[in-house]
Amino acid sequence: MMNCQQATRLMSEAQERPLSLKEQAELKVHTLICSGCRQFGQQMLLLRQLTRGARKPDDPD
Amino acid sequence: MNHPFHHADSEQLTELRQQMISFARLQLSDDQQAEDVVQEALAGALKNAAAFNRTASLKTWVFAILKNKIADALRGRYRQPPMSDIDDCKDCSLTDDQLFDEHGHWHKAERPQRWDAPEQLVHDEHFWRVFDRCLDALPSEQARVFMMREFIELDSQDICSALELSTSNLHVLLYRARLRLRECLEDHWFGAGETT
Repeated sequence: MMNCQQATRLMSEAQERPLSLKEQAELKVHTLICSGCRQFGQQMLLLRQLTRGARKPDDPD
Repeated sequence: MNHPFHHADSEQLTELRQQMISFARLQLSDDQQAEDVVQEALAGALKNAAAFNRTASLKTWVFAILKNKIADALRGRYRQPPMSDIDDCKDCSLTDDQLFDEHGHWHKAERPQRWDAPEQLVHDEHFWRVFDRCLDALPSEQARVFMMREFIELDSQDICSALELSTSNLHVLLYRARLRLRECLEDHWFGAGETT
């Protein structure tokens, strides 16, 4: 079964390439029982959103 | 009118220019080219002054322009001094040990906590100061690929060709950068005011 180190690595890679079905399934099982990795996944999305949203030159008021 | 440089004194501008140059140097590894893109970005900022939005800070504004100049420079170049010692990054594994136990599970104290991230966080100058400090604390090659990927928004392939990295090397560097950055932000921003 996948551990947290492997799960976080996959969540990072998910931002670089589409995960295989097997990887997606294993990740899903892991995050179902692991709140730490669940948070990690959301935080990766937030990090990307923030860094990309932060520097848009013409944010509307 | 909304002139971007109206409200900044010369001391602020000098500091801003310095920040731009160090950022450009990190990304380009070439002092001359770094000076050039910063010059171009500042000239561009002046030229497009009308588009400046006062809700964005001056720094946000010029960095957005700088980011595009750097992306152009990198795409036009496709060869850079290769990065050294990526495969045997010794203190990288140290970090993993600090975060995970021998079974690869989070150490209890390191387990990610829920982050409270309000909409307006992206405009919070104080948050970005913490973010910059966390980024500075990363090993420079990690900070560099992270910024290329997330801030300049180059895709993986462009980064690999520009830095002569394999895809898996790039993925490892990005993973390390994200792990460390996440932890630093939790320690110094998101978790700083909590009682848990």
